[in-house]
Amino acid sequence: MRSNILTTATGFLLPLLLLFSVFLLLRGHNEPGGGFVGGLAAASAFSLHAITHGVRPTRAVLRVQPRLLMGIGLWVAILSGLPALLLDLPYLTGQWAGWKIPSIGKLGTPLFFDIGVYLAVLGMVMTIVFELVED
Amino acid sequence: MISASPSSHSKSDTSVIGQLARSVVLCLLPLIPLAITTWLAMQFEKIVSGETLTFEIAWVPSLGIEASFFLDAFSLTFALLVSGIGTLVMLYATSYMTGDLRKWRLFGWLMLFLFAMLGLVTADNIIVLFVFWELTSISSYFLIGHKHEDATARASALQALLVTGTGGLAMLAGLILVAMATGTDQLTEILDQPELIRQSPFVTGMAALLLLGAFTKSAQFPFHFWLPDAMSAPTPVSAYLHSATMVKAGVYLVARLSPAFAGVPFWDFSVIIAGTVTALLGGFLAWQQTDLKRILAFSTISALGTLMLLLGLGTTYAVQAAVLFLVAHSFYKGTLFLVAGAVDHTCGTRDITRLGGLMRHVPGLGLAAILAGVSLAGVPPAAGFLAKEFVLKASLGSDWPELLTAVVFLISLFFVMVAGLVVIKPFFGSSESLPQMLHRPDARLVLPPLFLGIAGMAAGLLANVYGKPIVAGAMAAISPDVKIKSLALWQGWNLPLMLSLVALVSGGVLYAVRQPMISLFAPLTRFCVVFPTDVYRASLAGLNSMTRWQSHLLQDGRLRVYLLVVLITLCSLVAGTLNVVNLPTEASWLPLKPYEMMMPFLILCATLMAIRAKSRMAAICALGVIGYAIALIFVIFGAPDLAMTQLAIETLTVLLFVFVIYRMPRFATLSGRKSRVRDAIVAIIAGGLMSVIALVASMSHVPSRVSEFYANNSYTVAQGRNLVNVILVDFRGLDTMAEVTVLSIAALGIVALMRLQFRSVSDSTDSVKEEDAEVKDDMDNTKADTESVERLTHDSHIDNDSDISKRNP
Repeated sequence: MRSNILTTATGFLLPLLLLFSVFLLLRGHNEPGGGFVGGLAAASAFSLHAITHGVRPTRAVLRVQPRLLMGIGLWVAILSGLPALLLDLPYLTGQWAGWKIPSIGKLGTPLFFDIGVYLAVLGMVMTIVFELVED
Repeated sequence: MISASPSSHSKSDTSVIGQLARSVVLCLLPLIPLAITTWLAMQFEKIVSGETLTFEIAWVPSLGIEASFFLDAFSLTFALLVSGIGTLVMLYATSYMTGDLRKWRLFGWLMLFLFAMLGLVTADNIIVLFVFWELTSISSYFLIGHKHEDATARASALQALLVTGTGGLAMLAGLILVAMATGTDQLTEILDQPELIRQSPFVTGMAALLLLGAFTKSAQFPFHFWLPDAMSAPTPVSAYLHSATMVKAGVYLVARLSPAFAGVPFWDFSVIIAGTVTALLGGFLAWQQTDLKRILAFSTISALGTLMLLLGLGTTYAVQAAVLFLVAHSFYKGTLFLVAGAVDHTCGTRDITRLGGLMRHVPGLGLAAILAGVSLAGVPPAAGFLAKEFVLKASLGSDWPELLTAVVFLISLFFVMVAGLVVIKPFFGSSESLPQMLHRPDARLVLPPLFLGIAGMAAGLLANVYGKPIVAGAMAAISPDVKIKSLALWQGWNLPLMLSLVALVSGGVLYAVRQPMISLFAPLTRFCVVFPTDVYRASLAGLNSMTRWQSHLLQDGRLRVYLLVVLITLCSLVAGTLNVVNLPTEASWLPLKPYEMMMPFLILCATLMAIRAKSRMAAICALGVIGYAIALIFVIFGAPDLAMTQLAIETLTVLLFVFVIYRMPRFATLSGRKSRVRDAIVAIIAGGLMSVIALVASMSHVPSRVSEFYANNSYTVAQGRNLVNVILVDFRGLDTMAEVTVLSIAALGIVALMRLQFRSVSDSTDSVKEEDAEVKDDMDNTKADTESVERLTHDSHIDNDSDISKRNP
């Protein structure tokens, strides 16, 4: 089942949705959002693409293996807790840089943790989706 | 001297670094226990002067468990045996295991065992004691099953693990009872207040549980059967674990707890009876074997029984005999096992009917065997002689002198015969049927047993000069009110010496007329060997079939049955606790606006639709409606984060469901009317219960300082205004990390399951071709027409749906 309307629309929707997911991820600390929701939104975007275009093109758009994404996400989350250890604080204690990046906000280890969650969730959902859709 | 194994074919073998690393590890193997032995020997002076070394680290502070250790004279005796014999066994094993590709694994387990055993004999905290106790069982399991392609080895390993592991659990229960009675979990403090244990109403229960642990570990009747089977292990393992050290853990436990339990009638009675029966049985069976290792195994059982008997008697002579015999036995039995292994290595057989005249071929081994055999038979000046004199004295001085002396006399008779079997026959017997000598044993196979044999002899000679303080210290640990007697080899012409001589001579005679006697006792032998094994096998089979029945009942492979089990369990557990909660009598209804009223209505309609749906797609869409409606409720009542997550999750769930549909068999109503009614009842109860819980939760106004804390500190501490996200990534970041990890593992699990399913379909053989065709048919139909109304109401399908779920899980 192929719908031209859906296929064409997805072409526009995918970048928009991905942008939205990153927006959700970055605003998460102060406004509703966060890595988990962001990751789910990105995964929905890619899933939509997989439905309309098939798995192979979606893999090409994603470029990396979703399983690898999962692993990277976990590593980022794990590593984001290490700076606290160096300062002799309990693991995962948030550390913040004193300055802000325009349009992103304050930079700190919780942000990296959230990025890790984002990547892991995206990788996880895409692993399952690809496995189910692919034959 | 030490080189990497030439016959291993792994790639890294050729590299210089690999070989170097192997050589270093091989050198370290005996050096580590040697270092420990040296350290222990350096503490000797301090310990024998009455000092007790202690060491502790916080292990589980939240439970008040400290990993505490202590080293007194009794622990030191054991620790020296463990590390000293360990040094020799490691050295021996590096040669014995040459050419075995899995030898590194064996060395690893041996090293683990070494530390576990040292931990066991020095542990002060009873939980620590238990952990090390089980660690020795586990390493024993892997060592017995070293040749795991051999079904017998696997079965023996499992048998040993199950028997000693069950005993270990009983011991834990006993130790906990003891800790409850005395209010402390430190062994030293427990032993300081024996009166608390004796006055406890559970004293018999404690004794029974603790003895169950000790008896299984030390292979006491009726649990003795695992030890001879454990001889499937490579010989260094048998020498180390199953004769010199691990099997004495039970003896250690009984001795250690003697100050608290000795005098409790049940304790004394059980230990004496079990010890006597085991000692006689072991000797009786040892004398009939033809396999060197099995002879030694049964005679080990006999020795362990003797030790138990002595501890049960608890008199001065008995305690002294126990300490002496413990040491002497470790020396000579370890030696004999190592000799047996070297003989096996050299001649390729351990059958004493085939072995003979080895003295000429391997004089070094022969000398070691003679030294050990002399000690085993109780000939002066070996340590075994000294020990036996005291055993006889203990029996003569007991409350039942005639009976016990007869028992001890019989045991010594058996020991003399065993010495004949394992020393005289292989080394001095006729060599007609001796198989071709494979190769000469290298120095690492000969020196350890020789050294151990000499040590056993020296222990006897020097006992009175150097041994007294440590023996006295060990005796004091077992029984506080005994005074050590002279350890001189020559104690004058007395009754024990006479008995020894008679035993020596008659044992020699009995050795000569062994064959006709064996056939005489055949029925008794069969009973002793076969009966306990049968009981073990029957209980194992019973346990297996019970587990199978239980799993089949609760996890029969059908998702709806799993759901039923989970929901019914949840409902019964929660309903039980709800009894004690005051149910709200009136609910304070919020003033609901009309569009808010729509939500529950929408959810109810969608639920009905999901139940009545005639196709999967319709049911899934209905479920999606429910999810979105819940998200709307979150939006209305001010939880945007939850709403967003709920929306995203719901979208993805529907998507995943749709993908899964393609892989499922045709939509069909498989449940009969009855089971649907049953499911409905369970569903309504579960839903109702959840509502009640929600009501109770909203009614109870427990002031929560948690949310207040988060609200106050979110921005100041974690620099974020979104409370939910701050909790997720900062305050409870570790939880989030674990959740994400679990999700990833679940994703990998799904991948594995999907691939497994396809492989099993494509791997099917001819026998299931027909079934396969059916599956394909099903799948084609599903793909062609998922939306159409399909009802397969064949009665046969109602019964066979488990088959379908198996084919298309």
